[in-house]
Amino acid sequence: MTDLGLIRNFSIIAHIDHGKSTLADRLIQVCGGLTEREMSAQVLDNMDIERERGITIKAQTVRLNYTARDGRTYELNLMDTPGHVDFAYEVSRSLAACEGALLVVDAAQGVEAQTLANVYQSIEHDHEIVPVINKIDLPAAEPDKVKAEIEDIIGLDASDAVLTSAKSGIGIEDTLEAIVARIPPPTGDRDAALKAMLVDSWYDPYLGVVILVRVMDGVLKKGLQVRFMQGGTQHLVDRVGAFTPKRVDLPEIGPGEIGFITAQIKEVEQARVGDTITTVKGGADKALPGYKEVQPVVFCGLFPVDAADFEKLRESIGKLRLNDASFSYEMESSAALGFGFRCGFLGLLHLEIIQERLSREYDLDLITTAPSVVYRLRLGKTKNEEAKTIELHNPADYPDPNRIEWIEEPWIKATIYTPDEYLGAILKLCQDRRGIQTDLTYVGGRAQVTYELPLNEVVFDFYDRLKSISRGYASFDYEQIGLREGDLVKMNILVNNEPVDALSLIVHRSVAEERGRGMCERLKDLIPRHLFKIPIQAAIGGKVIARETIAALRKDVTAKCYGGDITRKKKLLEKQKKGKARMREYGNVSIPQEAFIAALRMGEE
Amino acid sequence: MARALYIHWPFCLKKCPYCDFNSHVRDAVDHAAWQDALVADMRHEAALAGGEPLGSIFFGGGTPSLMPPALVAALLAEAERLWGFAEGIEITLEANPSSVEAAAFGGLAQAGINRVSLGLQALDDAALRFLGRLHDADEGLRALAVAQRQFARVSFDLIYARPGQQPSAWEGELARALALGTGHLSLYQLTIEPNTRFATDVRLGRFAPLEDDPAAELFELTRAMTAAAGLPAYEISNHARPGEESRHNLTYWRYRDYCGIGPGAHGRRGGVATQRHRKPENWLAAVARQGHGIAEESALSPPTAAAEALLMGLRLSEGVDLPALARRFAIPPGRLVDAERQEMLARLGFLRREGDRLRVTARGMPVLDAILGELVHPGLVAA
Repeated sequence: MTDLGLIRNFSIIAHIDHGKSTLADRLIQVCGGLTEREMSAQVLDNMDIERERGITIKAQTVRLNYTARDGRTYELNLMDTPGHVDFAYEVSRSLAACEGALLVVDAAQGVEAQTLANVYQSIEHDHEIVPVINKIDLPAAEPDKVKAEIEDIIGLDASDAVLTSAKSGIGIEDTLEAIVARIPPPTGDRDAALKAMLVDSWYDPYLGVVILVRVMDGVLKKGLQVRFMQGGTQHLVDRVGAFTPKRVDLPEIGPGEIGFITAQIKEVEQARVGDTITTVKGGADKALPGYKEVQPVVFCGLFPVDAADFEKLRESIGKLRLNDASFSYEMESSAALGFGFRCGFLGLLHLEIIQERLSREYDLDLITTAPSVVYRLRLGKTKNEEAKTIELHNPADYPDPNRIEWIEEPWIKATIYTPDEYLGAILKLCQDRRGIQTDLTYVGGRAQVTYELPLNEVVFDFYDRLKSISRGYASFDYEQIGLREGDLVKMNILVNNEPVDALSLIVHRSVAEERGRGMCERLKDLIPRHLFKIPIQAAIGGKVIARETIAALRKDVTAKCYGGDITRKKKLLEKQKKGKARMREYGNVSIPQEAFIAALRMGEE
Repeated sequence: MARALYIHWPFCLKKCPYCDFNSHVRDAVDHAAWQDALVADMRHEAALAGGEPLGSIFFGGGTPSLMPPALVAALLAEAERLWGFAEGIEITLEANPSSVEAAAFGGLAQAGINRVSLGLQALDDAALRFLGRLHDADEGLRALAVAQRQFARVSFDLIYARPGQQPSAWEGELARALALGTGHLSLYQLTIEPNTRFATDVRLGRFAPLEDDPAAELFELTRAMTAAAGLPAYEISNHARPGEESRHNLTYWRYRDYCGIGPGAHGRRGGVATQRHRKPENWLAAVARQGHGIAEESALSPPTAAAEALLMGLRLSEGVDLPALARRFAIPPGRLVDAERQEMLARLGFLRREGDRLRVTARGMPVLDAILGELVHPGLVAA
């Protein structure tokens, strides 16, 4: 075991692109974790999607041995945490496993909203925070201005911030020394009953489920019978180790240390983030605080473009779920889209990641229906049924409106951080989305604005719109603040007088007409002309609130067709057939699949 | 047994900017070599699809009016020797209305041509220049007059729905065309084909094709005027006084067998599709090498052939005889067309069933491609 005084557990907080992964790689390299040859750029982000998007989805740890200037060798556990609000709970567990954090800020970009959210979380965990100003060798670097920002906005003393350029290898040893000197060592009792926090878990095809743990008290060893206090299951630990970042087996993980175990677990669902691991015999009687069941907050339908791919979709979703217990799915059937799944996600990014992995790793062509949030509905008493409160994930399940006494929708608190020239447009966007401004402050040419917003106004394209009106400069973060009652109604879209279930959505009455008009207009452009004219209507109940008409096709004919042209004509027919396979038919109208999502995008591009 | 023969002459003096047919510009053409090769290609087809006298021959191109009359005569003599000619055989040649070519009309008539299809394309100079034609309006009309003296039957082509063309302008042009007194007219809407200069022009924004809605109006106008003048449409773009229809082209549309020889020519014989090498030099080399110019020969499955028969047949005002097609391809009528779609299209006024015949109505003709996409049974179409 390592002397507690020689252990440092820390995470790195950074906005996307501020150099977190590059800095981590440098720390690993300097500590000899990997040779130059073994360093593939950005070791920690394993998944293609993580690398491409520069985001971390799964937590990773690296154990480094650093011989400091005081001559002693320290065990540094670097915890790479997910960097997105969708994974806020996972982040909080990763943070709970550490005693400190490096706050990495780009010397040219300064502090961003996402950095703020994570740094406040870290402060709440009583972390010692070491500011690191990265990319100091950029021509646009203004380390003094960034230091002032850190002090003004976050309220941290930045006078002894470490100045680095991870890319050029500047200031790496200074960073390591700061970790040793300023981040406190963990505490823990080797002789107490085992208490280890389950930080994260993932499925490995060779090892089964791998569990990342932080031991608080006691010792984790191979051969130990352990109990998951929240999950209530028992397992035999068959492997104990750490990542350096190569996987190495160890005899034990002692108090204050971070490492991994395997215990012949087949599904990640059994290894829930935040659970407490203790021994079966003589175990702890109280679990660690902070455990939460993760609840999906955004739902959408996923349907195969080709109905024949349904089984493949079922299998693929099953496999993904093996490694990600935080999304849920159940079978759904739609009149328009056939069989598919209703899936629940932690947030929009999570939704996109799952969708992208399905299409990329499992080669599936998918139609995604409009994302929906979870509503709470109070239904009055009927002849046959008592009054009850239900949760609604899918507009298709919207009950008889006469029975609804009230509807509640989830709200969020959004923090937006932007150069002030875009503030006007951003305020308008938030107002248009039923936002309530709660705070607005300026710091040196930048504004930080806080809004309370209904989540259902954010799930479609809020983030895209925000990025586009601010030319990518605004950053956005949110936390959920509970349910509020709202005047919400179900809006149906009728194409050729038939309701299209996949296009129905729940909207606030005050924006229904505008939203309906927008959807009808967009559908008019998205649906090709047919042989007959097609009315497109938005309706609430029986009342039509918006209407457009697609004129009938007037000309579609090959003018010249002699003997030689037959082959070409036949190709046209084949093309038509292929095109149709990618559309869905509704009241004799073929709707292209992209229409299902594109129809919901609000506002002009 | 084919009763129709198509002969492709691939050469033009100049490539027209709208044309995507198999046409080529060459400095010199060795007519003797071409005669020998076309004869060889013809013999190959006659050996496979002979036995019945020919009812029609069609010289297409390219610009077959550039062929020396002696070459035309030699090819016709060989065709007659190989197949024999039916009583009243129709022998058509496509001709450019230039003064040089008009001078050869007499010789061509003597060689045996009894019908010409003249590429007039427009009756005003600005339009002819836009279309890249070498003749002007007066020259074209003079050539037409010569043709009408020399040949028993004359047809000419016009291209309409040109960029910016107003209904009143087309109405005037078509009225003049109808007054010229031919028994047949081919009236094509301008379409921008890939790999033509016009396609590049449109892509570069040099001009915009006429929109579909005004083009549809011109189409209706055309049908009304030709019908009133006694030359109703018998096919999408072809109009004739009754009895003056192009018998040769009807062979294609009725999906009967035909032999096609010369570069790029297509043929259908006994359930086999043939296609010749497109490039003149390659075709010549193929004939020298293998005795014929065929690049590709493929057997058509009954569903594929049935789809072709529907695609072609429904272009005609007379439509198709469904039970006859069903017998011919041994596919039940319910598998030829999608019954549900047929009913919907009929309800919308695009289709009519009269006894055994299924016809596309006048209303349906301008949207025929969309109708075919719905109507042709999916089982006939390879995806």
